[in-house]
Amino acid sequence: MNALLNLASRILPGLGRHDDVYAFNGGVHPPEHKAESNTRPIAKLGTPKTLVLPLRQHVGHLPKVLVKVGDRVLKGQLLAEAEGTVSAAIHAPTSGTVTAIDEQVIPHPSGLPDTCITLSCDGLDKWAPLQPINWRLSDKKTLVDSLRLSGIVGLGGATFPSHIKLRSNSQSPIHTLIINAAECEPYITCDDMLMRERADEIVAGIEIVKHLLGAETCLIGIEDNKAAATEAMKAACQQGQALVKVVPTLYPSGDARRLIHLLLDLEIPSDKRSTDLGVQVFNVATVLAIHRYFAFGEPSISRIVTVTGNVASPQNFEVLFGTPLTDLIAAAGGAQDDTSHFIMGGPMMGFDLPSSQVPITKAANCIIAAKPDLFPAPPPAMPCIRCTRCADACPVNLQPQELYWFAKSDNFEKARDYKLFDCIECGCCSYVCPSTIPLVQYYRYAKSEIIAADKAKEAADLARERNDFRLARIEREKLERAQKHAERAAANKNEASAKADADEATPSATPSDSAVSDKQAAIAAAIARAKAQKLASGPAPDQPPASKTAASKADAQATPADKQALIAAAIERAKAAKLAAAQAGLAPKNTENVSPSVQAEIKQTDAIREKARKLTESDTSEPDKG
Amino acid sequence: MLTALYIMLGLALTLGVLLGISALLFKVEGDPLVARIDAILPQTQCGQCGYPGCKPYATAIAAGEADINQCPPGGDAGARALADLMGVEYKPLNAEHGVPKPKSVAFIDEATCIGCTLCIQACPVDAILGAAKHMHTIIASECTGCELCLAPCPVDCISMQAIAEQPDNWKWKYPIIPITPMHAQTT
Repeated sequence: MNALLNLASRILPGLGRHDDVYAFNGGVHPPEHKAESNTRPIAKLGTPKTLVLPLRQHVGHLPKVLVKVGDRVLKGQLLAEAEGTVSAAIHAPTSGTVTAIDEQVIPHPSGLPDTCITLSCDGLDKWAPLQPINWRLSDKKTLVDSLRLSGIVGLGGATFPSHIKLRSNSQSPIHTLIINAAECEPYITCDDMLMRERADEIVAGIEIVKHLLGAETCLIGIEDNKAAATEAMKAACQQGQALVKVVPTLYPSGDARRLIHLLLDLEIPSDKRSTDLGVQVFNVATVLAIHRYFAFGEPSISRIVTVTGNVASPQNFEVLFGTPLTDLIAAAGGAQDDTSHFIMGGPMMGFDLPSSQVPITKAANCIIAAKPDLFPAPPPAMPCIRCTRCADACPVNLQPQELYWFAKSDNFEKARDYKLFDCIECGCCSYVCPSTIPLVQYYRYAKSEIIAADKAKEAADLARERNDFRLARIEREKLERAQKHAERAAANKNEASAKADADEATPSATPSDSAVSDKQAAIAAAIARAKAQKLASGPAPDQPPASKTAASKADAQATPADKQALIAAAIERAKAAKLAAAQAGLAPKNTENVSPSVQAEIKQTDAIREKARKLTESDTSEPDKG
Repeated sequence: MLTALYIMLGLALTLGVLLGISALLFKVEGDPLVARIDAILPQTQCGQCGYPGCKPYATAIAAGEADINQCPPGGDAGARALADLMGVEYKPLNAEHGVPKPKSVAFIDEATCIGCTLCIQACPVDAILGAAKHMHTIIASECTGCELCLAPCPVDCISMQAIAEQPDNWKWKYPIIPITPMHAQTT
């Protein structure tokens, strides 16, 4: 079917109304299922009792939490600020109290828990003071910087922080802004309904983004299955703010690069970004959020979500972030009894939610209640027959069958060579595969293995560098020590040789035996005096002063023994002091020389430790109570 | 006849000079093979291979003194990569040198630490922070999980903690089609 359509459009270029768009290769026509949810207007979902806000709602670094448990917050108040370059802020969707900051299950394919802020709503919905910004009067940099506080991310599903996409880039100025309103994935109608109902606000947002990017032209790409939305957008763009372009319905025309190709006949090279060629793409919902931020000061606290599939009345809802999925499903009339699970995103690129207890996040454009009839379990995969239908369907012009072989056999380097990372995981290949091989799952597996290996390599390089540095340091220290030793040895040698000279000189000067012994005794006495002086701290009082009468040799032998006795005595004293301190309940402290503030801090820490010690003691002594 | 001889002689001389110059110009410092082997090794510096670090083990492999299957942290994949590079037959890991373990980092129980600095001296990558008579702590992002700090600790306050799976280090799994038992129809 798909091949036939492709063929027809190729034989008859300009088939239908799309003579000014440029078709890309591949793509599929899955059943649309859009009519279910686009007949009812967008409904506003009420404030639930509690909201759970995962910190991981966007691409990039986790934001830094600014509130603590027990804090009262107002609607629109900053809860977590963007940290690092690629990051986005999180705001309170309503007024209430922070009741927990802990790990809860988030809507993520892993199904793993992650840090979330739980907000208990007070029902007052009281706004924090908002600061609208007149974008026509401020300079671009200030506007983009303030957008960092808005928490706005790409609402098409990619959740890339918007303030980064709007930063000016002197190397490649943006000439064309493309508004992505294709919404090619089946079931999803949130952008469709948004355009029908709020076209004016979207166009206002387009003007802001055009201004910030310095773009001259703006094209809005809408698939031809959204006639009402097209009309509404055309009506709103009367003054020529943007040009509405209708593109043929073909999945995945809503992929940014595919849409650029469709509208501009521009193919973005694999190693470049669209901005390098002067094109930037924004989703309709994102530009609307930007408009609301500047016009009213409203941060990103809600979005439109399509609830469809196996629910009583499929519809689009404006939902506060953090709303439990169960509340949303209940608002859509509840899920039918035969619902097996929920899918977030569309049927082509979405993933199964780990439970129905997850919150709605910035990425949630669509929730589909699945039942076995609608989404049958995939039939067992058969061997690849190398029909290359996947290659025909691939919109990125990859060779999916080759990638499959490489991913299946863990031949990751080869998969990378075949441009695995250009794969957009659109699922066209899996959709057309006659052997029903879950191709995208293999690519995802290979991608995450390669990413993990790259990270491990980076860590290994860092470890090697640190180990090399440590070895070099040890070597250097060893050399320094050897040098010191050599210097000391040289000094000792000089001393010794001087002494030897003196010794040699004495017998030659005085031949008489008695004189020799007298002189030796005198020298020994002098040495002993010098030694006594050297012991600056002073010898122990019970040590007798070096006797002048003692023979020099005996004295020399006695000295080390005396020293040892001294050391032993010192150790004894230290031990006794320690014991006394321990008995008095005083632990030794080295805090005398630090500033009072640090001392206070140490005292505080000690108090906590004491408390903890007592606690553990009471725990061990009274096990019944625990 | 003589012309040909002269030509050959001339060629031999020029080429010889060229080779000599290029040997001086493009001289490679160190042993490139050691560096390539070292690049495959995981750099835990754990010494399980019997050598005091990854580089010495790489040097030993290059010299033909050590086998390719003595590195448990590198795992089976590491042994395969080494076999590939050295052009020898792959061998499964030698259990004498230990078995592969899940990647983990050291953790110091700060209440028990006495500040003896023995672990700091043992750490091959300077991933432990502390000073004499002051509590020590591990810089988790730098820790390679080599376990060399465990043995010297006189109060056994260091333990190894496996790195938990979190959404940011979670990996997509190899696709497995679950086998569901068929139920025989009873009439």
